[in-house]
Amino acid sequence: MASSKTITVEVDDVSYTDDVEPRLLLVQYLRERLGKTGTLIGCDTTNCGACTVHLDGVSVKSCTMFAVQADGHNVTTIEGLARDGKLAPLQQAFHQCHALQCGFCTPGMIMQSASLLTENPHPTEQEIRDGLEGNLCRCTGYQNIVAAVQAAADGTVSSDSTVSADSDESETAGVA
Amino acid sequence: MTITEVGRSRLRKEDAHLITGRSRYTDNITLPGMLHLAMVRSPFAHAKITSIDASAAKSSPGVVAVLTGADVAAEQGSLPNAWPITPDQKAPAHPAIAVDAVAFAGEVVACIIARSAAAARDAVELVDVSYEELPVVLDLEEALKDEVLAHPDLGTNKSATWIFDSGEAGTGKPISEALNGAEVLIERTFYQQRLIPAFMEPRSTLVDPTGEQITVWSATQIPHILRLMLALTLGIPESKVRVIAPDVGGGFGGKLQVTPEEAITVLAARHTGKPCKYTETRSESLMAAHHGRAQVQKVKLAATKDGIVTGLDVHLLADMGAYLGLVTSGVPILGAFMYNSIYKFPAYRFECTNLFTNKAWTDAYRGAGRPEATFAIERLMDELAVELGMDPLELREKNWIKHEEFPFTTVAGLEYDSGNYEAATAKALELFGYDELRAEQVRRREANDPVQLGIGISTFTEMCGLAPSRVLGALSYAAGGWEHAQVRVLPTGNIEVVTGSSAHGQGHETAWSQLVADRLGVPFENVEVLHGDTQTSQRGLDTYGSRSLTVGGMAVLAAADKVIEKAKVVAAHMMEASEEDIEFTDGKFSVKGTDQSTALGEIAFAVFSAHNLPDGFEPNLDSNATFDPQNFSFPHGTHLAAMEVDTETGQVTIRKYVCVDDVGVVVNPLIVEGQVHGGLAQGIAQALYEEAVHDDAGTLVTGSFVDYLVPSAPDLPHFTTARTETPSTTNQLGAKGVGEAGTIASTPAIVNGVLDAVRHLGVKDIKMPCTPSRVWAALEEAKTTGGVQ
Repeated sequence: MASSKTITVEVDDVSYTDDVEPRLLLVQYLRERLGKTGTLIGCDTTNCGACTVHLDGVSVKSCTMFAVQADGHNVTTIEGLARDGKLAPLQQAFHQCHALQCGFCTPGMIMQSASLLTENPHPTEQEIRDGLEGNLCRCTGYQNIVAAVQAAADGTVSSDSTVSADSDESETAGVA
Repeated sequence: MTITEVGRSRLRKEDAHLITGRSRYTDNITLPGMLHLAMVRSPFAHAKITSIDASAAKSSPGVVAVLTGADVAAEQGSLPNAWPITPDQKAPAHPAIAVDAVAFAGEVVACIIARSAAAARDAVELVDVSYEELPVVLDLEEALKDEVLAHPDLGTNKSATWIFDSGEAGTGKPISEALNGAEVLIERTFYQQRLIPAFMEPRSTLVDPTGEQITVWSATQIPHILRLMLALTLGIPESKVRVIAPDVGGGFGGKLQVTPEEAITVLAARHTGKPCKYTETRSESLMAAHHGRAQVQKVKLAATKDGIVTGLDVHLLADMGAYLGLVTSGVPILGAFMYNSIYKFPAYRFECTNLFTNKAWTDAYRGAGRPEATFAIERLMDELAVELGMDPLELREKNWIKHEEFPFTTVAGLEYDSGNYEAATAKALELFGYDELRAEQVRRREANDPVQLGIGISTFTEMCGLAPSRVLGALSYAAGGWEHAQVRVLPTGNIEVVTGSSAHGQGHETAWSQLVADRLGVPFENVEVLHGDTQTSQRGLDTYGSRSLTVGGMAVLAAADKVIEKAKVVAAHMMEASEEDIEFTDGKFSVKGTDQSTALGEIAFAVFSAHNLPDGFEPNLDSNATFDPQNFSFPHGTHLAAMEVDTETGQVTIRKYVCVDDVGVVVNPLIVEGQVHGGLAQGIAQALYEEAVHDDAGTLVTGSFVDYLVPSAPDLPHFTTARTETPSTTNQLGAKGVGEAGTIASTPAIVNGVLDAVRHLGVKDIKMPCTPSRVWAALEEAKTTGGVQ
């Protein structure tokens, strides 16, 4: 094993100090050392975005960073997004808009969406699609993901457990 | 029974843990003392293994053991193929770890077992494998010649030939009648490129051999089939194997498999006595998880001059790849019954030759055989329309089964129970603005606009609800097609539903809760759905082929009905009435003509306490049911695509996509729409983006997501989706299935649209995927050849 290095990283509001191999990826550190398995690994070429987290508030693909590069930085994962037991608006929006099926891309997709909305609080549909280009989803065809980001941006996220008793209109009309 | 849940867009019960990062995918699970596996894979597509020296790997830090094929030859058996389509089907032995030879690049030749995943991967490089390279056969036409053999010991590349002939089957006329002297004969060859399912969660397996039972967690669609097959393959008593499919990150047919890696992880755990985990990298997944499609279709369509189709002849070459996986050989057969689609022509012949090549083996991928068949017939209908100078929709309508003609027995021998192609098409045309777009198309052609417009049509049907067991038996499939369910009534009146249909993103927990909430008159929130663990869900045949609701859902309803029958006996006893006088509505049993009633929850507690039950009543309301469908269901729909093609760059853009699907009665419109969206994305991906490409040596060139182009958000349009509803008569709910519809319908709609945009420039066909370079090349070629046939 190569020589290890000591790092201190704040992850989801908790400070951790660990000895890590220099080659350890940030995503491996999160999953294997901290047990933050909410962040997932979907590829090995930084294409799929499943591992997206925030580093000092900006989205990064945690498979493209070494853990040592996060030394002294602040990391937020999907597990740290809800506050005081309350879902973040994007989490609620993904639920409300049926923006997930298998859920594997979801943590990365939500983290990237959050970063996108920080940069551009009122994106158009095309801006949302372009902003999510680095995150792959194989289940949803992206339409409901785009709708969820739009809903979070518009502040139209509710906490109802159904869309509506009769949602056929919106179904057939294909809402944006 | 008051229906308050079925038809309602309930938000999913499954979401809460997935949006908060509390997911439980296999790779998230860690056990004490767990060891990690890494696979040594062949870089050659065809080679003899002359020696393996694993000594350096064995002494690498952290390595516990190295397994080669020779080490496990006596116990690894041969991985299963459950579908011998002919009695003389040829299949090579399929060891999980290659012993003497490899037949595709990516095949496992050794397995490293180490204390960490990193240590295991480090040691992969240290295993010295000597190969003697053999010639490779990669192309189907070449494979047919039998000059280079994928498996020399088989003596041929032909696995099996399977024929359906409507003349011989008595379901129609002989094809010769249609072909001989046909007024119009359209002859084409279509290429179904090789695709990769590319589920987002890489496959992962964790095996715990401690205790008396082997527990297997796996990213699989088929925990029940996997349990049975691992037991049979590895010689373990079935009762000693428990399989758990925890959260599973997509499958699309790609996780409908008994994989070498699963078997190897069991073997490794058995060898070390420790829990062992294997999680593939994405490159391994693309290289070695089974692929899909990969067929050459030689088709002839006969018709009269006024556009009445008289017959279809299909000669199919189907690429098995190097081995036969679980249902590899049967995938083309699933398509065989769908080439006639919604049309009622009188003669049909299908002949398929299954061929081995030195590539990863193929197997089910979303639609499995049916997208290929639908593509061929829908492309042919467009070609015929062009030949006759007819509107492609008018031609289709001339030939399709009219709504008043159902039930209709097709030339392929299936009985379509219901459908209304007129209604779906009318709705699609209205949403699409067909006439306006046709007018714009004319304007752009006349103006020589560099960006041309085309309209693509696909009117499709599919067979869903796999499958009636007797039909599967007649097709030589090894298992049945039933599904099992259990409905358990807890003392509090809460309900547990156990389903054999194991979901991996489809939303069964929500939909099954809706079904049972209506049937038992209990709140949606009071129903819990359990699945994906052979210890809680002992019987099942799992999830594929758009079968879950139409087969699994019916088992759930049947089990709920049995609960009601049992509870009725107790209700009569409690209210001192005769059973015949008890009515059950909205969760309450009441005595006819009185205001006396008792709720299911009260009965549940009375049965639990068992203090005062009718004599001889077994104190238990729990009920099991197994449902075996008597027929398939036949969803259908009309998909319309407005395609823009930039004739200067070859760039293709989807300007508008409208689909109207008839999937019968819908339990949850939100979930159904999600299935349609995702299906469309995958069908469009075949038309425009994806292809597994190999070099001349058989190495996968598209071995990462850099090269294998799974579409991202900007690559897809906003879809306009709608439904018509013609209830199926083959199940009590009237549901038809929706999992594969979008994928099956969209590929030909897109390609027909691309061709419609550039046909006037002389382009007659473009191979999928219709990439900018291919479209541009086709346009250039048309220019040089003068663009006229």
